Amino acid sequence: MTYTLTGVTLADGTTTNVVVEGQTISSVGSLTVGELIDCSGLMVLPGFVDLHTHLREPGSEDSETVLTGAKAAAKGGFTAVSAMANTSPVADTAGVVEQVFRLGKEAGLCEVFPIGAVTVGLAGEQLAELGAMADSAAQVRVFSDDGKCVSDPLVMRRALEYVKSFGGVIAQHAQDPRLTQASQMNEGEVSSRLGLAGWPAVAEEAIIARDILLADHVKSRLHICHLTTKGGVELVRWSKSQGINVTAEVTPHHLLLTDDLVESYDPVYKVNPPLRTDADVQALRIGLADGTIDIVATDHAPHPTEDKECEWSAAAFGMIGLETAFGVIVKTMIETGAMSWPRLVEVMSTNPAKIGRYSRQGGAVTAGSPANLTLVNPKSAWQVDREKMSSKSKNTPFHGTALTAKVIHTIYEGVFVVKNETLTGLKHE
Amino acid sequence: MKNQLLSINDLSKDDVLSILSTAAELERITEGPTKKLPTLRGRTVVNLFFEDSTRTRISFETAAKRLSADVINFSAKGSSVSKGESLKDTAQTLQAIGADAVVIRHGSSGAAQRLSDSGWINATVINAGDGTHEHPTQALLDAFTISKRFPERKSDFSGLKVAIVGDILHSRVARSNVLLLTKLGASVTLIAPPTLLPVGVESWPVLVSYDLDEELPEFDVVMMLRIQLERMQNFYFPSEREYSRRYGLNEDRLLRMKQSGIVMHPGPMNRGLEISAASADSSRSVIVNQVGNGVSVRMAVLYLLLGGASLSEVSQ
Repeated sequence: MTYTLTGVTLADGTTTNVVVEGQTISSVGSLTVGELIDCSGLMVLPGFVDLHTHLREPGSEDSETVLTGAKAAAKGGFTAVSAMANTSPVADTAGVVEQVFRLGKEAGLCEVFPIGAVTVGLAGEQLAELGAMADSAAQVRVFSDDGKCVSDPLVMRRALEYVKSFGGVIAQHAQDPRLTQASQMNEGEVSSRLGLAGWPAVAEEAIIARDILLADHVKSRLHICHLTTKGGVELVRWSKSQGINVTAEVTPHHLLLTDDLVESYDPVYKVNPPLRTDADVQALRIGLADGTIDIVATDHAPHPTEDKECEWSAAAFGMIGLETAFGVIVKTMIETGAMSWPRLVEVMSTNPAKIGRYSRQGGAVTAGSPANLTLVNPKSAWQVDREKMSSKSKNTPFHGTALTAKVIHTIYEGVFVVKNETLTGLKHE
Repeated sequence: MKNQLLSINDLSKDDVLSILSTAAELERITEGPTKKLPTLRGRTVVNLFFEDSTRTRISFETAAKRLSADVINFSAKGSSVSKGESLKDTAQTLQAIGADAVVIRHGSSGAAQRLSDSGWINATVINAGDGTHEHPTQALLDAFTISKRFPERKSDFSGLKVAIVGDILHSRVARSNVLLLTKLGASVTLIAPPTLLPVGVESWPVLVSYDLDEELPEFDVVMMLRIQLERMQNFYFPSEREYSRRYGLNEDRLLRMKQSGIVMHPGPMNRGLEISAASADSSRSVIVNQVGNGVSVRMAVLYLLLGGASLSEVSQ
C-alpha cells in the first residue's frame, strides 16, 4: 500500500507531502505517489510512545485488556505503549511478558512492550528473573515494580547493577512506604482541612534522592516514574548537572490538576502519586520544557466503575489518560507558550522510545523512518467525553474539559489504524 | 440555610445563630410538661451508622423522636455493608424506603459529602462524623454549651479565648469547632505535641502552641480531646504517662485556670489520660451539660433542615 499525506505540516512548521510505502516513509517533499490523502491543516508527528501504561491483562480484564488498551492508545495517537507489570499474575517471568507481548501483536494497533517486574510478585524482596525476561521474545528492557516502590536500598542497588548487562533500565515508583502508610492525598493545607491522611512530598523525594545516588554509584540507568513535586524536579535537575544517567517522566494529569480538586471527595481525583499543589505543577511544567523531565507518560490506570463510585478511602488509585494525553499536553505546555512543537515531539515520542530502546519508534519524519505517525489538528476545539472513549474504563478526571488539539489519524507500521478520529478496524498483521 | 449539613462551612453565621436560638427555644418548650412535639410527624429519619457511636446515635434518635419523626437505626456495621455492600447500594435502599433525612456516621472522611453529592439519594444528609474530617453537630452543641455558660455574650464569642487540646490531627471535633467558634468570633488556640497537629495547620484561622501551661490561665474554655491509645503505635507520642504529664488536664492545671473558665470534652473520656477524674467532675466541667445540649441542638438541626411546622404554632 502506497499513499501520500498531502499538504501536511511538520513539527518545525514547514508544509510538505509525506509518502508512505508499506511500513516505511519513502519520501518527504514535493513528491506524491499512490492515493492522495488530504492532510491540510494537520500536523504530522512521530507516533507517540507511552512508557507507562496499565493494560490490566492478565487478571483484571473487567477494567482493560491489551486489545481495549491498544484501541485507546491508537485513538490517543500512540503507536507504542509499555504495559506495566502489576497484573495478576505479575509480569515477573518470561512466560507472562511473552503473553502480553503476543496479545499486543494480535491486537495489531500499536506496539505493546511489556515492562518486567523488578522483584518477584512486586514484593520488593527478591529479584525477578530479569535476564530471562530480557532474553524472551518480548525483549524486555524496562523493569518496574510500579504501584509499589522498590524500597529496600540493597534490592534497588542490585537491580540497577544487574540490568546493565543487557542495557536495561529500572523505572522506579518513588514512594517511601513507611512515610505513606494509609496515605490518601498530598499532605498540606488541603489535606489538613479535609481530614485525609497526608502523602508528603518528602516520601517521593527521599527515594528519588537515594536512587540518583545509587545510579551514580553503580553507573546504571535509572528512570523515575511520574515525578510530581517541585523538590523532585530540583533533584533530577541536579543529577543531570552531575552527568548521572537519570531520566524522568511526568503525567498529563500532574501537569494540569491540583490537590484542591480533592475537596469534592470525588475519587476520580484519587491517584498515586497524588495531585500536588500549583507550585508543583508550575515546577513540573518548567522542568518538562527545559529538559529536566525527559518524557510525558500517561500512567493510564483503568478501574471499573464500582472502584470509584464509593467513598474516597475505599476507592482505587488511578486515572485513565491515553485518549486525553495529547490534548492536555497542548493545553498545558503549547498553549501556555512553555514548550515548542519540536519539544513536544521529543517528550511524547523521541525520548520515551530512546529510554525503552524501542527501535521502530520515535524516528524523525524523514525518508527511511518506519511509518509510525500521528496526525493531529492543533486547532480543533473539543470537549472530553468519557462515554466516547475506547478504554474499557471511564475513570478520566478530564470529563467535560475543553481542549483545543486532537488526534485525527494514527498510522501504525503504515496502516491507518485510526482515521478521522475513528478506529478503522484495520490492523498491522 | 442549605438542605444539608455536611460541614460547618455549609452554615452562614446567621444560620448558626438561628440553630442556637432554635435549640434554646426547643429546650425551653421540652422542659415543660410536653416533652414531645408533633413537628416532624410522618417524617422518616434514618440513623446510618457505619461506625459504632452509641452516644451520638442515641442523641440523634432522641432528638428525632422528640420531634415525632419515625426513626430507623441502620447500623451498617455487622449488616450487609460488612458483606461488601457499597455506600451506593445502601443509599439507594434508603431512597427506596423513603427516608427524609439520613444522619450518617462513617469512618471515611468525606463520606457524608459523597452521599449527598452523588445523586444516589434525595434525602437531607446530616453528617454525624466523617472520618477525621468533621462532626458539625458536635461543634454546634459545644457552641450552644458555651453560649449558655456565658449568657451575657448572646452567642457573640468575640474576645473569647478557647483552647482545644490533644489529637488535633485525627479530630473531626477539632476541625468543626475551629470553623464554628472562629465564625462566632472566638480566638482559638490549638495545643498539642507537634506530631498530633496536621501539616498545613498554619493555614487555619487559629493560634498554635505546643505548651499547655504557658497560657492556661488566659483561656475561657479548655476543650480536651480524646486520645486514642493506638496512636502510640505510630510514634505520635512515647507513652501514655508522658502524654498525660505534658498535655493532660490534671488538678494542678485545673487550679491554674481562670476563675470563670470551663472545661469541655466531647466524650468518651479516658479518665486519667487526657483528663483527670477531678477535672472531669469539677464545677468547671460542663461535660455532662454537653450531652444534654446535644439533644436540643440536634432537634434544632432536624427541625430547621426538614422544615417542620413553625415553632410559634408548636409552642402554643
